[in-house]
Amino acid sequence: MVRRMDGDFTPRSFSGSGLACRRGGRLVFTGLAFGVAPGGALVLRGPNGSGKTTLLRLMAGLTPSTAGALAWDNVPIDDPEAHAAHLRFITHLDAIKPAFTVTENLGFWMSLWRGRVDDANLARAVAAFDLTRLAAFPARLLSAGQRHRLALARLLVAPAPLWLLDEPGNALDAPSRESLARAIAAHRAQGGMVIVASHEATFVDGGETLDLGVFTPKTAVHWSEESEEAQI
Amino acid sequence: MSVFSALLARDLKLALRQSADSMTVVAFFAIATVLFPFGIGPEANVLARIAGGVLWVTALLAALLSLDRLFTVDYEDGTLDQLVLSGAPLPMVVLAKVTAHWLTTGVPLIIMSPVLALTLHLPAQGYAPMMLALLLGTPTVSLVGAVGAALVLGTRRGGVLLSLLVLPLYIPVLIFGTASVEAVITGVETNGPLLILAGFAVLALTLCPWATAAALRQAVE
Repeated sequence: MVRRMDGDFTPRSFSGSGLACRRGGRLVFTGLAFGVAPGGALVLRGPNGSGKTTLLRLMAGLTPSTAGALAWDNVPIDDPEAHAAHLRFITHLDAIKPAFTVTENLGFWMSLWRGRVDDANLARAVAAFDLTRLAAFPARLLSAGQRHRLALARLLVAPAPLWLLDEPGNALDAPSRESLARAIAAHRAQGGMVIVASHEATFVDGGETLDLGVFTPKTAVHWSEESEEAQI
Repeated sequence: MSVFSALLARDLKLALRQSADSMTVVAFFAIATVLFPFGIGPEANVLARIAGGVLWVTALLAALLSLDRLFTVDYEDGTLDQLVLSGAPLPMVVLAKVTAHWLTTGVPLIIMSPVLALTLHLPAQGYAPMMLALLLGTPTVSLVGAVGAALVLGTRRGGVLLSLLVLPLYIPVLIFGTASVEAVITGVETNGPLLILAGFAVLALTLCPWATAAALRQAVE
């Protein structure tokens, strides 16, 4: 397991080819290929149920693919734990403990990923999403948008080359969207990569777009994990 | 190791903030045990005879109450996804969670047990083997329970299913836990049952984290 303790990482490209995924007996997508170069961005589009969340979970290594493989610099991934150490995944769920303060929530992730809590970096992550004023408040008092900002601040507490973001703009106001756009731009400037599932990806400049609708088998009914999760 | 210590520290801190959760388990243990003298009557020799078994059964049921929450909260708020992606081996993550569970429920039960043994008229020479048996048996209870707790993630009425899955697996621990208390009362050597309990703990420690990790991977799929 390679985990670098300093602020940067070796730029490597991330790609996948021939990917297919079957959920609940239905083929969500098939024959899907993508590639992201260091500093690049990929925007996943497609109607509800086209498998954007499924693809992101597959890229993270949570959901196994039915066919195809993911690769770093064209070397297929064989160690899921090493792969996981190279990515940060922002899901619909914010993974926040209501009993902890904003700082404690972020401090936990920092100690988990970096083995120690570095107060200066922690304060920077809190400030990047305008949470400084709330830093000492318990997370249970936060609004939906503030909780989401706290979840996004997790991206900044420990560096990782690949960011997977599932609808990161939800519940964010205009200034927070700008904070997110700035964080993404800074990440890409360092050679980081971003893959975003979004209907309106205003926070990614000049990224490539992957339309998942193209890879949906035409006979299938539109249903997926995404719609199932939305009900919970 | 940073993942183990970070997660253990977080879970202990959470348990301290929400200490009502641990208190409920200990309170259940106390109330359920105290019901027996009321139900059976105050005859000291009858109570002394069943004390070991009663304490073990109520301790198992109390532990079961808390197992329900072992992974559920992390599963529901998305933390589990992030823990699977922590970059550390998942059995290590499981071991941290189980250690925290044992420290916040197993240990309070062990500390509470002599007080409750008093209400059951446990003979004086029974206290040491009873606490030793609990000390050796409760880690197995947490480890085996974690497998069940991970398997029922995402199911409705997981708590009931969990007890059906896990309670039968606790029978060996119950038999030898009770035996170590009874042995000393009847004047037999107690080392045998205690050694077997230690053996169970080692077996559970080597197998359960991996089984739990496999079940958690299924849950986050």
